[in-house]
Amino acid sequence: MKPIKVAHLVKQFNKNRVLDDISLNIQPDTIYGLLGRNGAGKSTLFNIITNRIPMSAGEVTIEGEPIANNDRVLNRIYLMSEGNLYPSRMRVGEIFKLTAGLYQGMDLELVSNLTQQFGLDVKTRFNKLSTGYRSILKLIIALSVDVDYVFLDEPTLGLDANHRELFYDALLDSYAKRPRTFVISTHLIEEIANLIEQVWVLQNGHITINESTEEMLQKGYAITGPTEDVVAYTAGLNVIGQDQLGNLRVNYVYGELVGDRAIPDTVSVSHIDLQKLFVNLTSQEVATVEN
Amino acid sequence: MQFNFDSTEPLYLQVAEQIEEAIFLNSFEEGAQVPSTTEISKQFHINPATVLKGMNILVTAGFLEKKRGLGMFVSTGAHRKIRDKRQTEFYQDYVINLVNEAQKLTLSEQAIIEMVKRGFEAHETD
Repeated sequence: MKPIKVAHLVKQFNKNRVLDDISLNIQPDTIYGLLGRNGAGKSTLFNIITNRIPMSAGEVTIEGEPIANNDRVLNRIYLMSEGNLYPSRMRVGEIFKLTAGLYQGMDLELVSNLTQQFGLDVKTRFNKLSTGYRSILKLIIALSVDVDYVFLDEPTLGLDANHRELFYDALLDSYAKRPRTFVISTHLIEEIANLIEQVWVLQNGHITINESTEEMLQKGYAITGPTEDVVAYTAGLNVIGQDQLGNLRVNYVYGELVGDRAIPDTVSVSHIDLQKLFVNLTSQEVATVEN
Repeated sequence: MQFNFDSTEPLYLQVAEQIEEAIFLNSFEEGAQVPSTTEISKQFHINPATVLKGMNILVTAGFLEKKRGLGMFVSTGAHRKIRDKRQTEFYQDYVINLVNEAQKLTLSEQAIIEMVKRGFEAHETD
């Protein structure tokens, strides 16, 4: 399978430009994390890439050919979305059968194993499932269909901690047995931080970060110490946020530190985790460099 | 095997360090097979590519060896090699930090030497 290329994608709802000039390369056999605040447009982006809704401008192609015209390619892409697409009175078992008919080569053994592991009752009607079990039903299907690109929009919505652990186990097991691309959008950043290879941050309609998780974490720093020393040391750096406790100051920096600027004895420099980094990068408050 | 991960340094280095530690403590004995990339990946929810990158550091260092079609095994002599490496790094990792902290606390060289002696004595009487 070749990469999916998203080029200059725009989505406009009336006068509201939700996605503005998005360009991405989605590589085969890679696990991506799409991070964004509520309303950032993550679901819209997924829906456009998987041809569920039209785009206003731009293109999504594979080997130079638009995905929208290509049933063969669309059959290799699966979107697990927040929407509830199944007839409300349909039973879980019937939904599995329906999906197996639509997607050739669905792994029915995996469906049966995961159904058992998650304790999902195949006789229950869709409208009687809790939010958590609706997610479980959808992610069992997403992991079992024979496709090359799987888009997971909030896969752990409503899942308790045990079921989330089970999902990450199942995801990595399935990925090891049959490598393919997963794009995961979630608010539980720390839970997926170690399993995603590449991070996209969607903010104000733009992809503001497109980096390997490793590189992104290497660029995030917390500079801690007395306010005046921290402010002096971080002058001119990309300060994305701050915390203040009395005269103790933490400035969060994204990007390179100044190599030849000596770190004062009073100041400590450490890395921060992905969630802290994301929160600071996407916080609405404008980070001030001065006190 | 217990793994603890934090955000202080790249994850693949932490994977390498934790496996090295497990070899050093004989949790993985010389000649024995270590868990596969997939097993470690699943257990700790780490991307398999990251795990592999960490393991490859240990292969390059001669602590692990690949056996085609079988998996990764602890090399003969790995334990000794790790000890040699850590002895070499001891000055940089421990002594430099010790001296830095001692200076901040205005502890003299003699005071530190006395403390080190006391530490060894206490350890002997354990």
